[in-house]
Amino acid sequence: MKFGVVIFPGSNCVTDCYYALRDVFGQDTEYIWHRTKDLKYFDCIMLPGGFSYGDYLRCGAIARFSPVMDSIMEFAESGKPVIGICNGFQVLTEAGLLPGVLLRNKDMKFVCDNVHLKVENNKTPYTNLCAGGQVLKVPVAHGDGNYYVDDDTLSEMEKTGQVVFRYSDAYGQITDTANPNGSLGNIAGVCNRKGNVLGMMPHPERCVERLLGGEDGSIIFRSIINYLKGGAVNG
Amino acid sequence: MFHAKVYITLKKSIADPQGNAVREALSSMKFDGVKDVRMGKLIEIKLEEKDRAKAEKDIRDMCDTLLANTVIEDYTYDILEVQP
Repeated sequence: MKFGVVIFPGSNCVTDCYYALRDVFGQDTEYIWHRTKDLKYFDCIMLPGGFSYGDYLRCGAIARFSPVMDSIMEFAESGKPVIGICNGFQVLTEAGLLPGVLLRNKDMKFVCDNVHLKVENNKTPYTNLCAGGQVLKVPVAHGDGNYYVDDDTLSEMEKTGQVVFRYSDAYGQITDTANPNGSLGNIAGVCNRKGNVLGMMPHPERCVERLLGGEDGSIIFRSIINYLKGGAVNG
Repeated sequence: MFHAKVYITLKKSIADPQGNAVREALSSMKFDGVKDVRMGKLIEIKLEEKDRAKAEKDIRDMCDTLLANTVIEDYTYDILEVQP
């Protein structure tokens, strides 16, 4: 079982993801340079946070045309798990692997804080060890995390369980004050129709041990490992 | 040789916090007539091409694939033939 962490020019959470996978969860993990095309040795690809290509044009817009992306599209289409965190999420929406887009935060401010996430769908490769409605405390750090999608696509996504995480208060209530960036429906993370591609703005890799101030992100990593080992996805 | 100016704007349905911030700044400067400000991008492209129709098609393809995200943005363009 092998994990890959993609490095675009300007990615800056690469080492955090690598450290979480390899050192905290003991997984065979390799960096993937953005010019790499051969992904056949990998079982799960992680697109980390950062500012790929300086966020020029739009966040993720230029990374989306990196040589590695064609291979990631094929990898995703074959049903294997691809997770994009923060800038990785932006890249996946630009690539069309996930619906919607991440706009500038509603109040124009970069938000760097711990937030609560309600798990809305625990039947994905990323959340299968979570209880339904479980609340996780995970940090966010972004200027462009305001999720937007058109109404028709959103209602389709709600029906098919593609809304995986919403910003909530500590008790799982979805409120305006719990929304750090103006995201439509407090959406913090979404998956594709098949469920194998996930994007989320919060950083689970930044809360995987007590030294980092929290461990709630661990359940996402453990869910992926459980899924790859053939563990049942809930339901 | 063609010179294209591509204008990228947020769709009307999309809120524009940058534009709102500028509008508020203008209002506080007593430009009382300012009712709305929307921010966009101007991209200038020089294109080595002889055929105008092909040049226009290329510009549209560039917009659809990279320059604009049509989920949230509209684009228009002006294209002029220029001396190389």
